[in-house]
Amino acid sequence: MKAFADLIKLLSNSTKTNEKLDALSKYFGSADPKDSIWVLALFTGRRPKRTVNATQLATWCLQMTNLPSWLFEECYHTVGDLAETIALLLPEGKSIAVHPLHYWLEGLLALEKASEEEKQKFILNAWEELDTSERFVFNKLITGSFRIGVSQKMMVNALANTHDIPAPTLSHMISGNWDPREITLDSLLNEDVTGADASKPFPFYLAYPLETAPDVLGSPEEWQAEWKWDGIRGQIIKRQGQLFVWSRGEELITEKFPEYGPLLEHLPEGTVIDGEILTYTNDFPLPFQTLQTRIGRKNVTKKQLQEAPVVFLSYDLLEWEGKDIRTSPLSERRVLLEQVVEQVNHPALRLSPVITFHNWDALIEFRSKSREQGSEGLMLKKKDSPYQVGRKRGDWWKWKIDPLTIDAVMIYAQKGHGRRSNLYTDYTFAVKDGDQLVSFTKAYSGLTDKEINEVDNWVKRNSIEKFGPVRTVKPELVFEIAFEGIAASNRHKSGVALRFPRINRWRKDKPPEEINTLEDLQLLLKMHKQ
Amino acid sequence: MQGFFYVHDNCTCSLMQLLQFTDKGIYCPVGDFYIDPWQPVQKAVITHAHSDHARGGSQNYLCHHDSVPILKLRLGPDISVQGVAYGETIRMNGVTISLHPAGHVIGSAQIRVALNNEVWVASGDYKTEHDGISAAFEPVPCQTFITECTFGLPIYNWQPQQVVFDNIRQWVHENQQAGKTSVLLGYSLGKAQRLLYHLKDISPEIWAHGAIYITNQMLREHGWDLPELHRITPETPHSVFKNNLVIGPPSAADTTWMRRFNPYSLGVCSGWMQVRGHMRRRNADAGFILSDHADWNGLLSAVKATGAEKVYTTHGFSSAFARYLQENGIPAEEVKTEYGVTEEEETNPS
Repeated sequence: MKAFADLIKLLSNSTKTNEKLDALSKYFGSADPKDSIWVLALFTGRRPKRTVNATQLATWCLQMTNLPSWLFEECYHTVGDLAETIALLLPEGKSIAVHPLHYWLEGLLALEKASEEEKQKFILNAWEELDTSERFVFNKLITGSFRIGVSQKMMVNALANTHDIPAPTLSHMISGNWDPREITLDSLLNEDVTGADASKPFPFYLAYPLETAPDVLGSPEEWQAEWKWDGIRGQIIKRQGQLFVWSRGEELITEKFPEYGPLLEHLPEGTVIDGEILTYTNDFPLPFQTLQTRIGRKNVTKKQLQEAPVVFLSYDLLEWEGKDIRTSPLSERRVLLEQVVEQVNHPALRLSPVITFHNWDALIEFRSKSREQGSEGLMLKKKDSPYQVGRKRGDWWKWKIDPLTIDAVMIYAQKGHGRRSNLYTDYTFAVKDGDQLVSFTKAYSGLTDKEINEVDNWVKRNSIEKFGPVRTVKPELVFEIAFEGIAASNRHKSGVALRFPRINRWRKDKPPEEINTLEDLQLLLKMHKQ
Repeated sequence: MQGFFYVHDNCTCSLMQLLQFTDKGIYCPVGDFYIDPWQPVQKAVITHAHSDHARGGSQNYLCHHDSVPILKLRLGPDISVQGVAYGETIRMNGVTISLHPAGHVIGSAQIRVALNNEVWVASGDYKTEHDGISAAFEPVPCQTFITECTFGLPIYNWQPQQVVFDNIRQWVHENQQAGKTSVLLGYSLGKAQRLLYHLKDISPEIWAHGAIYITNQMLREHGWDLPELHRITPETPHSVFKNNLVIGPPSAADTTWMRRFNPYSLGVCSGWMQVRGHMRRRNADAGFILSDHADWNGLLSAVKATGAEKVYTTHGFSSAFARYLQENGIPAEEVKTEYGVTEEEETNPS
């Protein structure tokens, strides 16, 4: 456990990719293989099912420390991380860590059907045995992700280093459905890539944002343009008579979308399609929020199926008749894709249409109409491009439309988490409605560290009231809030919900009297209603 | 601010509170003096020489002997300042004043103020662990205790300093193996002396930022057992830093001043390093939890040791600490002061 705690410390303290890569390679080079496979699982989105919850941890910690719960809360808001708060509050244990990482993870998993008492006993034992930094990682295994800037790509590169396997191959090897309790790292990395696990998706090819006008890309004839859809990127796989749906986060989500079920019957064997999972009615995409209501739950209600049915908008064909065709040019893959979709002929599987254009000016015109299509901009893909692995520059570009913006005043502030612990970084903003202020969104990011310190200092000196962790502040600081979309919502007082709100800039030049109004928001809603 | 006609339970002889919280600082109306005022006054009693406690512009200063040269260095050689020893008593208009070790930095003191049978103590900043170089903290029995609470939450628990110094030694050793310079950041008054006193033999040479060098020279001239430092100037060749320890003030982080040490590893010494988020914000390679303030248990033990019947909490997590004391049977109240807002202090976690 100590080696893992040290690894986490190194990874979280470093801001340099090379240092992190180095730390991971060293870890994989020396760790118990049973631990290695778990580390791989943890950082590739295969976190084990939660058997103990955060409330239980907090309760047992309070029992052990005899602290009042308000003080625990106060500490939590200062630290900004529950696992860490508990690790810091617990009385000193024996610090005699004898058990390795996999012992604790498997122990936690084994608690699934255990009684409350058995669970408590296991957790208290762990706390007794581990030291502060080990307790932190142990708690973190239970409460959530580590957020230490370790991407799947980094894990792949580290393992590629230590095992001398090309990164794209390795990336494919470690994808798919496997259980760290049942497989060893060696067997995972020695497997025949095309065979074994029928569910395995291909690593996604991701586009870089295009920051300039498209004419730098050369001749328009060489490019295929499509709308950029705001759903969840996914892959649909049919192999060995089974259907698998994967999200870009490499999560197997077949069960969540029963709409895709009938495709099992219609799709030809040995097919992998890349595309977008979208809620869609009357030939038009619904706001992302409607998809969000579907993601969180396993069992979909009838109402949801009616109100927010999903379709799969197909972008690309990666496997055809059981053959990996990723190296063929896009133009050829597209022809095959169109054949497959036509052959399947089912409303849940559609083509993402190609936009016909003959010069860049025409495309600029199309882009300006993105919102009317319910899309967030354009995708540009080189017609002769292979389907690559990961985010690569050159052949694929996303060309998003400029965000919508509104000037608003800050009215509440709350302390942040992680790097932003004990700093007021989470803000709620309001627009004017007559002489009232109406809150309409929260935003967490967009300011520089220096600005954050300045706002934090201001909040501490200008708070009016304290409601638990939230402070109401004088409505004085004006910010420009940018967002990708706007939808009607009866959950919010303002009647709107924003997509991807963030702070664009601090309008120090603007007095709060001149911020936008609720009417302005309603107008935006009317103009951009999807 | 407290009511002017507040009558203390144990005080039958005065209608006014012995110490009051005013917009200029902590004030004693009978003795007509201020403790650590943040505006210029006639008479200022100073707990220690950090810039948020010892501000310029007052007519007369009273502080511990060891703080006198530091105060002159920081506020100017011409200030009118009187030094006293720990435990020595001064009378002002019937009020007895004495200074007692606070263990915070060299020359730091708690201020005891007594009139007839009433005793107040203003702690200034303090730590309960003896750091080896500042006079060790001594609890002073009193009825009313004004305490700092920079780290007044139970998440703040310090390890014995020996453990921390061992970790620092280990880190410097690893850096030397890797051919890196070790750069430690700590406050020029307090942390710097503590580090230098305990790590004096750690590398062939110790290099320091001007602010730390000047304070160190002055203290050496006054007989303190501190190592000789090499001052870093724009002319210093970059080759001299290799394998050595460099000490700089916290303000040097993220400045171009650091570039000359490449390749280096950056260590930050502060109580705030207890929380990972703070540490990550600093972009340090190593965080050492070393503070010149009391931790949670230190604060609690200090309050209990005074036997105080009433506690005022100032800078830091003052409202939480006051509430906790209150719930544990010690009447306590939060007061607002302007301590802990300048860069020199450890109170600004950013």
